[in-house]
Amino acid sequence: MHVEQISIFIENKSGRLAEVTRILGEAGVNIRALSLADTSDFGILRLIVNDREKAQSVLKEKGFTVSKTDVVAVEVPDRPGGLSLILQTLDGENINVEYMYAFVERCGENAVIIFRFDETDRAITTLLAKGFNVLEGERLYGM
Amino acid sequence: MMFNEEFETLPRPALEALQLKRLQSMLARVYANVPFYRTALDRAGIRPDDVRSLHDLQRLPFTTKQNMRDSYPYGLFAAPLEEIVRIHASSGTTGKPTVVGYTQKDIETWTELMARTFVTAGAHKGDIIHNAYGYGLFTGGLGAHYGAERLGASVIPISGGNTKRQIMIMQDFGSTVLTCTPSYALFLAEEAKSEGVDFRNLKLRIGIFGAEPWSEAMRAEIEEKLNLTALDIYGLSEIMGPGVAQECYVAKSGLHIWEDHFIPEIIDPETCEVVPEGVKGELVITTITKQGIPLVRYRTRDITSITYEPCACGRTHARLARLSGRSDDMIIIRGVNVFPSQIESILVGIEGVEPHYLLIVDRQDNLDTLEVHVEVDERLFSDEIKVLQALSRSIEKEIKDMLGVTSRVKLVEPKTIQRSEGKATRVIDNRKLV
Repeated sequence: MHVEQISIFIENKSGRLAEVTRILGEAGVNIRALSLADTSDFGILRLIVNDREKAQSVLKEKGFTVSKTDVVAVEVPDRPGGLSLILQTLDGENINVEYMYAFVERCGENAVIIFRFDETDRAITTLLAKGFNVLEGERLYGM
Repeated sequence: MMFNEEFETLPRPALEALQLKRLQSMLARVYANVPFYRTALDRAGIRPDDVRSLHDLQRLPFTTKQNMRDSYPYGLFAAPLEEIVRIHASSGTTGKPTVVGYTQKDIETWTELMARTFVTAGAHKGDIIHNAYGYGLFTGGLGAHYGAERLGASVIPISGGNTKRQIMIMQDFGSTVLTCTPSYALFLAEEAKSEGVDFRNLKLRIGIFGAEPWSEAMRAEIEEKLNLTALDIYGLSEIMGPGVAQECYVAKSGLHIWEDHFIPEIIDPETCEVVPEGVKGELVITTITKQGIPLVRYRTRDITSITYEPCACGRTHARLARLSGRSDDMIIIRGVNVFPSQIESILVGIEGVEPHYLLIVDRQDNLDTLEVHVEVDERLFSDEIKVLQALSRSIEKEIKDMLGVTSRVKLVEPKTIQRSEGKATRVIDNRKLV
């Protein structure tokens, strides 16, 4: 049920983001979802891609610091209060969300949200027990 | 005006005769009491009795900061600890400071030389001396303090920091003499301006500035902004502290080094040979009256030149040119001595940190800033901002704890810092001093 995300360290200077996307584009890697967290000095680019092995190797080749992180993709009912339901469930179990961002594609009628939890496995168990749909990585990479 | 006219105007033959007598007596003391010097002199094949002229000084071995570190803490003391009444220290390269001890007589000498220094700068009894040098292990605060009292001036032991209160006290107490680092003087000026305080309405007349390099351009700026006469002071804890040399207000051209207590030499830092008068080189000082920790030919690493030309003020003591740099890679940040190797040893001590770093020194709003660039490789990298920020904070804290200097750590991409090919560029100093 884990989804593999790659994270890239980038300095806050012009052209770095463009450089990452250019390298991935030339390697034929398709970006499925992304989020950028930044400070005044640096940023962390988080990506879900269709071919993470390739993405990681081409970026490393070009000298970027890249790491792999396990995240969770959850289907969220596309209506008011949909996200709130999930967050309340997790809060009730004392599971913390480190960060989250939205997936570009929809899954049928539902939106997809990517979560990074402090306790990934317990979060998945909890969500499944409460009847939420947690997406498999393989399905997501190809969406 | 002079504090000790007899000694400050000794004709050179008499001054040199006094230097030789004191040099011989000091050498006999260190040979008898300091194993380091006994070994060093034996190895150089020279005994204290062999020194018959000041020229023989050149046959003596040098003392370096490394020698002091190797003798940490008391190894170079020539007086027993029960005779030591004060201990000061300056920052060292591996977290261990360089320690100096003073006997009662050393404190009296220092006090007199600092009083001479104040008078040389134009201060006198009745002045209110606002002493903003730091009090503590650093020699600046207490050194200037004792000299000010000996002079009979009123000393305000304000120490560093709390700038708003400094400005209020300067105004309300009627300070006439300011002692601090030149960059802090400019910072005071900026703060005063933003507080709506005009230095033309203050009583400040003289500023005695040192403990970091500065320039004639900075002097002009300070004099204009603070409405006072700005003079240069030189000192270092290894030799004594502040008051080793002072620029006179009469000529405002070079710093008189108190030759009845210190013998200066200028050497070529590469060949270690003494260079002719007026030629730039590294300042080497021999202390000839100190009892606690006398030093033979101490290599200060400060670059200057010396002149024995008579001075308009009437003093016969030689003058050093404004200090123009270092013969090693030491940088001075807000009066704190920092060696790049100190930063390096802190970085390698942190799990996962590569010793590839770059120090960027700048001056913003008249205060020195230190930025440390550290590469983020896979062992350090986390995809959570807070983890990376905590890493930066922890490096900053280590640097502050070990070196006493505030820095800002900037994480940069791997392989973006130049790799060492022989001598790597570890420091970029953007402060405009010339």
